[in-house]
Amino acid sequence: MNTHLILRTVSKLLIPLIVIFGLYVQFHGDFGPGGGFQAGVIVAAGVILYALIFGIEACKLAVPPSWVRIGMTAGVLLYTGTGVATWIMGASFLDYDVLAYNPHHPAGQHLGILLVELGVLFTVATVMVAVFYAFASRTPDLKDGDW
Amino acid sequence: MSFANFAVSSAAHAGPASPTLLIDIGLMAMLVVVAFAILRMRSLFAIVMLQGVYSLLSAAWFVSLDAVDVAFTEAAVGAGISTVLMLGAMLLTDRDSAPVPVRKSVGPLLVVILAAAAMFYAVPDMPAYGDAQSAVNTGVGMEYMQTSPHDIDVPNVVTAVLASYRGYDTMGETVVIFMAGLGVLLLLGLNGNAGNWSASVQGVDIGRQHAPSAKNIEPVSEKPKPKRKAKPQIKAKAKPRAKRKGADT
Repeated sequence: MNTHLILRTVSKLLIPLIVIFGLYVQFHGDFGPGGGFQAGVIVAAGVILYALIFGIEACKLAVPPSWVRIGMTAGVLLYTGTGVATWIMGASFLDYDVLAYNPHHPAGQHLGILLVELGVLFTVATVMVAVFYAFASRTPDLKDGDW
Repeated sequence: MSFANFAVSSAAHAGPASPTLLIDIGLMAMLVVVAFAILRMRSLFAIVMLQGVYSLLSAAWFVSLDAVDVAFTEAAVGAGISTVLMLGAMLLTDRDSAPVPVRKSVGPLLVVILAAAAMFYAVPDMPAYGDAQSAVNTGVGMEYMQTSPHDIDVPNVVTAVLASYRGYDTMGETVVIFMAGLGVLLLLGLNGNAGNWSASVQGVDIGRQHAPSAKNIEPVSEKPKPKRKAKPQIKAKAKPRAKRKGADT
């Protein structure tokens, strides 16, 4: 794909924006549409776009496969870990109110939602990238005539 | 289900057509056109692209139904990632699908007609769009709407329901996604070279030992211009792996 100058230039501009938009969707999910799942898919789409334009090998340098393995596990552990933390703090599983006490404001809920959504983000983004890596690594490179 | 909902809603507001209704009808018509185009086409590349278009149209339609969170997901997963995965799958097979003889289409056609008849039979039972008396709006959903400003205090009730009221469900979904990723990694491996498999695509052997990724591990180190410090580590990791593979053969 070295000849596609316009594609490469535009995607260089777009990919950072896509990832930032993913983070916006993640952290603004309490106030507008979005959340961990959507954000994870958007971030993964940014990575996949990079792989499509610059090649799978360059993408594996930018986002090493080891991150993918660690990320998908870390996400699930973060989610269940939040549940275990509330457990240890004396409430039921995933009852976030104990995480931060404030009599006038459900701060614990906000913290809990932030944590579990982060877990969802990690798992979804990395699993999507993992599936893409697994398939794309088997695929021979696209020749220009195939487009 | 969504189509049934739509049909009832358009029947319920029999008055002058509102602009939203026109948009809905337009989007549905485009969905039908795209579906027929997919049916008629033989080029798999075009079909994959049209599937992306189909997802994008569905996403637009979800927005018009005020289901923005669903639209988001549909646009990102349906139009974005699944299109890429379908492209990857297409590259492992042929570029064109073989035409199906008419007598082989009779059975599937019967199944489709039966399923459609069952769905149309169920349409009158669907609540009208926006019906305040429907099961969704009178049951636990309304309770969430009333208690979440006090309990959770986030403006987006969808997030409150997903992450807090239904935290267990979302945890299950996360684990399901994790298991799906784990399954793919166990079967194919992150580099597409796990297990013993062989395949040839258009005369090119892409089996385990010749997986494009296996070949590409060496050139990787020279190709991209040095940008980050993390790179030498990856090189060091990647090389022994390639050697091991060589020893295997």
